[in-house]
Amino acid sequence: MITVDDLRVRFGETEAVKGVSFAVPEGSSFGIVGESGSGKSTVLRALSGLNDDWTGRMTVKGQVLAPNRGKDFFRRVQMVFQDPYGSLHPRQTVDRALSEPLLVHGIGDADARIARALAEVALPPAARFRYPHQLSGGQRQRVAIARGLMAEPEVLLLDEPTSALDVSVQAEVLNLLADLQQRRGLTYVMVSHNLAVVAHLCPMIGVMQGGEMVEILSGEDLRAGRTTHPHTTELRALSTELEEA
Amino acid sequence: MLVEIENLTVSFPTPQGMSHAVRGVSLTLGAEKMGIVGESGSGKSLTARSILRLLPENARIAADKLTFDGIDVLRAREGAMRAIRGKRAGLILQDPKYSLNPVMTAGEQIAEAWRTHRKGSRREALSAAVDLLAQVQIRDPRRVAEAYPHELSGGMGQRVMIAMMLAPDPEMLIADEPTSALDATVQAEILRLLEDLVSRRGMALILISHDLPLVSHFCDRVLVMYAGRIVEELRAGDLTHAQHAYTRGLLDCLPTLSHPKPRLPVMVRDPAWLS
Repeated sequence: MITVDDLRVRFGETEAVKGVSFAVPEGSSFGIVGESGSGKSTVLRALSGLNDDWTGRMTVKGQVLAPNRGKDFFRRVQMVFQDPYGSLHPRQTVDRALSEPLLVHGIGDADARIARALAEVALPPAARFRYPHQLSGGQRQRVAIARGLMAEPEVLLLDEPTSALDVSVQAEVLNLLADLQQRRGLTYVMVSHNLAVVAHLCPMIGVMQGGEMVEILSGEDLRAGRTTHPHTTELRALSTELEEA
Repeated sequence: MLVEIENLTVSFPTPQGMSHAVRGVSLTLGAEKMGIVGESGSGKSLTARSILRLLPENARIAADKLTFDGIDVLRAREGAMRAIRGKRAGLILQDPKYSLNPVMTAGEQIAEAWRTHRKGSRREALSAAVDLLAQVQIRDPRRVAEAYPHELSGGMGQRVMIAMMLAPDPEMLIADEPTSALDATVQAEILRLLEDLVSRRGMALILISHDLPLVSHFCDRVLVMYAGRIVEELRAGDLTHAQHAYTRGLLDCLPTLSHPKPRLPVMVRDPAWLS
């Protein structure tokens, strides 16, 4: 479904992504973990079309991606950001936020679609005419996910979708993402600094450090400790150390 | 006991009447490491800040007893509180990016904190700052002393904050989510550093966080707060023996590497927890 081959991104003198390659089968999830500055979000932004200054080869469903994407690409590939405070317009109601993708892509039947989308992310119908500040953090992230689903995409790019949430809300959002994937056959690429969160949702995980993807391994190998790169081993140790406390 | 709190309540006036953010919290603190864990809005930060009387202006605070080393915090004059804040009890905040002065070098900021609470010359203060930076395990303290906050990484910035709080040699540190903005590797380093400094200096530490496993790893005991109340107190090693359904819910809903589960258990909030 998605292939990324020798992706490089430069910011002036520094190379933020140094030849990253990975592939994601249709209906599956690929997780990218790494610390701040490792380039994980930069990979996602290049893939999403938010940054057009890159070299390499990327395809989505067999189509080679050009630096500038057509409208159809932005319907099929949607992104959910970390902070729902920042990614929802504070002076637009949920209804307005959810109609926007429909207007942009010329999709009709807005009323029924919005009602359905709210139900799908388990928000009460009453949330429809609320403003973001009237919702809790978890509800806001559900709105952001619902907005991502409005145009019926095939791919969701998730940039730290649960990092700003309490752990109980994080569990609800992760379950929701798993359900949606199963129901709609979505393909996910998820970026997070939390190894356990990524391993929960993604069968394959890429570990980034200093702009390079130093290891790609399966969730099972990660859990069993079959890591090959020292950075992966270190991240895993930090994560399991706390679990055993 | 350094801190004694009995039946603390913190409330805020709203158009619908008073909203109670902290509801009858009692605790005592000696020279130990205590964690306060809870989700957003549980009242954990307000409880700790009450000790310094550092609350939003519209907050109403009441308690049967609220003392810091015998000083009645509720009735102390502002001047007496200022002698506690910073000097005897330091506060470390979440994000060094917003807590450091962007137009002062790290060294000058630490020196300023040192001179505010101890009498000495500028030169003495600057050399004390370099010494403090070395104490928070910065390899090249002279260079960092001359650096501006934007030239420092998040972990370095947090070390500078800690050095600044240590300058007046306080008896207590309150660390409010000190590592939430940091990477996992740096997070562990900073917490180990805090733990080490606190034990070596015989200080008291209140570590506030939403991360229960993390806190219990670094503290002697942990208070779990829910909706303004302490629902459970745990010895650090007893995490697996948590009794309260809320505490267990917090632990269960975490994805883990060691015990994968296809679906995460979701917290079902029992209204009885509120009473």
